[in-house]
Amino acid sequence: MPLVKIRDLHFYRGNRAIFDGVNIDIHRGKITAIMGPSGTGKTTLLRLIGGQLHPDKGTIEVDGQNVHTLSHSELYELRKRMGMLFQSGALLTDINVFDNVAFPIREHTKLPETMVRDLVLMKLQSVGLRCARNLMASELSGGMARRVALARAVTLDPMMIMYDEPFTGQDPISMGTLVNLIHRMNDAMGLTSVIVSHDVAETAEIADYIYLLSGGKVIEKGSPVQLKRSSSQWVQQFMQGLPDGPVPFHYPGTDFSDDLLNGEVSA
Amino acid sequence: MIDTIRSLGRWGLGVFERLGRGHLLLLEILRGVPELFLRFSLVIQQLSSVGVHSVLIILISGLFVGMVLGLQGYNTLVDFGAEESLGVLVALSLVRELGPVVSALLFAGRAGSALTAEIGLMKSTEQLSGMEMMAVDPVRRVLAPRFLAGFISMPLLAAIFSAVGIFGGFLVGHGLLGVDDGAFWSQMQAKTDWYEDVLNGVIKSIVFGFVVTWIALFEGYDATPTSEGVGRATTRTVVHSAFAILGLDFVLTALMFGDV
Repeated sequence: MPLVKIRDLHFYRGNRAIFDGVNIDIHRGKITAIMGPSGTGKTTLLRLIGGQLHPDKGTIEVDGQNVHTLSHSELYELRKRMGMLFQSGALLTDINVFDNVAFPIREHTKLPETMVRDLVLMKLQSVGLRCARNLMASELSGGMARRVALARAVTLDPMMIMYDEPFTGQDPISMGTLVNLIHRMNDAMGLTSVIVSHDVAETAEIADYIYLLSGGKVIEKGSPVQLKRSSSQWVQQFMQGLPDGPVPFHYPGTDFSDDLLNGEVSA
Repeated sequence: MIDTIRSLGRWGLGVFERLGRGHLLLLEILRGVPELFLRFSLVIQQLSSVGVHSVLIILISGLFVGMVLGLQGYNTLVDFGAEESLGVLVALSLVRELGPVVSALLFAGRAGSALTAEIGLMKSTEQLSGMEMMAVDPVRRVLAPRFLAGFISMPLLAAIFSAVGIFGGFLVGHGLLGVDDGAFWSQMQAKTDWYEDVLNGVIKSIVFGFVVTWIALFEGYDATPTSEGVGRATTRTVVHSAFAILGLDFVLTALMFGDV
């Protein structure tokens, strides 16, 4: 039985359908990637799984519980077992790295400070930032902030972790570090990981299964190898990053020569 | 014509929708207040940033307002040979009206705008969403302590404002204009009633503290999560707070002193 089961998901912003009948299964212990062009609602999907947004139709079950029929307290209990890594890191800016990682422990447990310290140092050691514990969030690079956020997301030993665009805007070293960490943590801690990304190479390197979303639907799904061999031109354009194809390079409109010869000056 | 009516209707719906969201948020905040008594350190942190950091502006403004009252009051009273009543005039003006109102306006400008900007930025940098996903309710963890701190700080700041203002009035009246100090203080004590004047002023400042902090927190929490959105929310906090303070002041004054 999958850990996350999404069935017939419909979600609208105004009249625009972000999801129009999406079915997704996320299996335990695996790294599942949700990929697609910008604006396809990948981050929205994570917020729907986390119960921060409500679907217009369809169901999302996490560990057998329908996320959107839970009470406030039941939802918060479930979230204690879910971690989420935001694109910005979402670290609290008025406290330092140590206190950021200690935050969920102090909020949800009554552990003595000596034990909190040990736990935090263990988590920070695993992301290589034990000695950066006294830095403030504003003093961290983007990659370091995401590693701290990763340490914070796993402090309560969740069953699953969701990554929102973890590789965006990273230099090659930070990117490599994050790819390695996500893979290592998934295996070492027995996590279930969901990665939302449009960085094809990095995501395909560690994902066990990939869902490609576009236009509110799942266009293709399969292992990275299956997707690379897909006969769909759209999938090939996305996986290889081709500038033109089923997704046109030019914004749709009138013919270029017509526009030059007959277009109005103010247009 | 139809377009005008339609946009008027849309505006009206928007206003009522925001009012509804504001009241729902207030309800959530109030639900979170009781558990703060078990974690009072969260409130103390906020008392420092909301209350203590506003003391300087309150002290300086209170002193000058009191001094101006002393000068203006003396010029009027001396025509009637009643300059020894200066203490009463300054004290009643401050305790009943200017203390709660001016300190609330200053509080909205200093602490209210800072609260909105802080909450709005926490929202735009996904810190509030991050808390939600860590199973920590941001309304109870972030907003409720700030609300309680604002609610507690406002009457204390108004009291400081009035006390410093009376001292400013005394400085000008006695030091500059030669009003007898004994008459200044004794008439003030004799004519200022604890319940009628002081307590009503305190009730006003409690109401203003409640409303200003609520507006500031709601505007921050409801802000569009962009730098422009946070900027606009901060401006709205100051403008809406000023309207609320002055409007409520009239209502409260009418109820307390107007015999209506």
